[in-house]
Amino acid sequence: MTADALLAFAAALLGGALRVGVPFLFVSLGECLTEKSGRINLGLEGVLVLSAMAAFGGAYLSGSAWVGVLVAALAGAALASLHAALCSLPRVNDVATGIALMLLGMGLAFFLGKPLIQPQAPQIPALPLGNWSDIPAVRAALQINALLPLGLLLALLMWWGFSRTRAGLLLRMAGDSAQAARALGYSVLRIRGWATMAGGAIAGLGGASLTLFYPGSWNEGVSSGQGLIAVALVIFARWSPLRCVMAALLFGGAGAIGPALQSVGIGWGYHLFNTLPYVLTLMILVLTCRPGTAAAGSPGELTTPNQ
Amino acid sequence: MRQTLLDVGLPLLAIAAALLLFGGFVAAGGVDPLQMWLLLFKGAFGDWFSWQNTLQRAAPLMLTALCVALPARAGLVIIGGEGALVLGGLACAALPLFMPLPPGTAGLAMACVAGALAGAMWIALAGALREYRGINETISSLLLAYVAIGLFKHWVEGPLRDPASLNKPSTPALAESLRMGGIAGSDVHWGLVVGAVLCVLLGFLLRATIWGFAIRVVGGNPRAAQLVGLPASRLVLLACALGGACAGLAGAIEVAAVHTAANASLIVGYGYAGILVSFIARHNPVAVIPVAILFGGFGAAGSLLQRRLGLPDASVLVLQGIAFVLILASEALRDVNGKRFWQSFWHRLITPAGPASRVAIDNSGVSGVR
Repeated sequence: MTADALLAFAAALLGGALRVGVPFLFVSLGECLTEKSGRINLGLEGVLVLSAMAAFGGAYLSGSAWVGVLVAALAGAALASLHAALCSLPRVNDVATGIALMLLGMGLAFFLGKPLIQPQAPQIPALPLGNWSDIPAVRAALQINALLPLGLLLALLMWWGFSRTRAGLLLRMAGDSAQAARALGYSVLRIRGWATMAGGAIAGLGGASLTLFYPGSWNEGVSSGQGLIAVALVIFARWSPLRCVMAALLFGGAGAIGPALQSVGIGWGYHLFNTLPYVLTLMILVLTCRPGTAAAGSPGELTTPNQ
Repeated sequence: MRQTLLDVGLPLLAIAAALLLFGGFVAAGGVDPLQMWLLLFKGAFGDWFSWQNTLQRAAPLMLTALCVALPARAGLVIIGGEGALVLGGLACAALPLFMPLPPGTAGLAMACVAGALAGAMWIALAGALREYRGINETISSLLLAYVAIGLFKHWVEGPLRDPASLNKPSTPALAESLRMGGIAGSDVHWGLVVGAVLCVLLGFLLRATIWGFAIRVVGGNPRAAQLVGLPASRLVLLACALGGACAGLAGAIEVAAVHTAANASLIVGYGYAGILVSFIARHNPVAVIPVAILFGGFGAAGSLLQRRLGLPDASVLVLQGIAFVLILASEALRDVNGKRFWQSFWHRLITPAGPASRVAIDNSGVSGVR
């Protein structure tokens, strides 16, 4: 590989990490919030697909990408509220409900999104952070999704909120000991309900970045398990919003290797390289999980990942 | 008696409610729900042609549902059946390329066994990760499914690609003699018989053998299993491997009977629909048979809905999603005593939820699938 090709590859990798990482960031922050309250939401995959469709539809019909972003957050919150409502029924298990919502969210998105496969929708503007450079590859790589700063801000806000605010403390109490929260007179179900809904709204922003920034169009393969990877990613980030940022970028980078190699003319093993995020997730789980003990930083009420 | 009534009645009620809701859903889109229901029935069970289509789809559904049901009885929620299915199909299509197979049933059986082995290894891997590393099997099995699909595409579009398959990358087609034929000249292939027989056989295994009993003890109460000295990890692996073998077999049969080669048509979501089938059948292998036929029917009717009413092909997915949600919600009605339920309902309605709210039921500690 020549120096030019290497630079192009590195730029494509960095750009890919920033582009692919943004949906990961939002979904993992949403999942982090939900799990902190002591509930797992596997349905975020459904939330992601549905909100991706809603974002595209909203932007296409209104002509404004920001309306699309708002619609995506609302759609995500709506589907997540359904999860919250189902989970508060007796004898209903949150893992099974998540699987059901995954199916329902995808079904609804494919059904309602059928007429949206052809058209173009206005996109979220890109922040050109690479203008200092003369190299076109670097410039192209540093076209940042305008939602990325919002995601970073949100991560900071969540980190601060969890440790410094009353709401954050209540949330963590519901997640660490439902008994304690109940003894103090708080409704655990209500706290978890709000957390699940807010988590869905945040994940919805991830859906919006899928269809309104990268890849930037709506089709039925727009998400390939990002919502589920997020669940593993939160374990990897040990339930810390700040570490979620790092983890999301790492996973984005892993997902960008295949396309980056293709951009410099190496087409071999494209599909193999695309499985890297999943393999990476599995390897991280193997390294971080221990049988019989809870993962470090895990909210006490979570039934998973270890029993 | 009450138990059996609930076991059968609640899922039926939930499916009926799902059909009703789905009717409302399409009505909102300007489609006559009565006509939709009629077409759904016609397309699924209306005539012999529809029945053939339905049964053809029911065969893989039975097998992928077993991939969820067996591990579920051992206490695991495995949702990666799709991965085992595609690898099973790939193994079946690839085996004749690496070794000469005897023509006829013997060769077909060998190809199918290869598929079953591939699937068994894949799901057993998820089971092993859970038993020996404590990794949540729901997540790992799904991640493994994505890895499997990536491997499948790599092999089908790369090393194993038939150069003659231009538009749709495929492996070389199976020889005529290795294909699985229809039963009595119909489109319904022998995979249906294989699926149904396996459902009955595995139902028998769970219900009437020591192994099955041990698996159910491990799934019902791991602590008790440990106390009586059952080899819990090995039993979990056995359940996972058996389930994975079924899903792998589903892929192999799809290749041998329907597609004749491994290509992208194999990835149509039978693995995911199998999760739903198994949950509705309450992870009972014998009950999987009628549920798989019902959902095979919905799948078969999907194209009719698309053609006649202009509904998107994803409508069946919506119906499945609604059914799944309602099935889970119906569990809440299971141990409800009618009279007490309404009392607590009124109580809840007239007294605002406060700190002393007795009805707040916490279910976060519930693990497993039951």
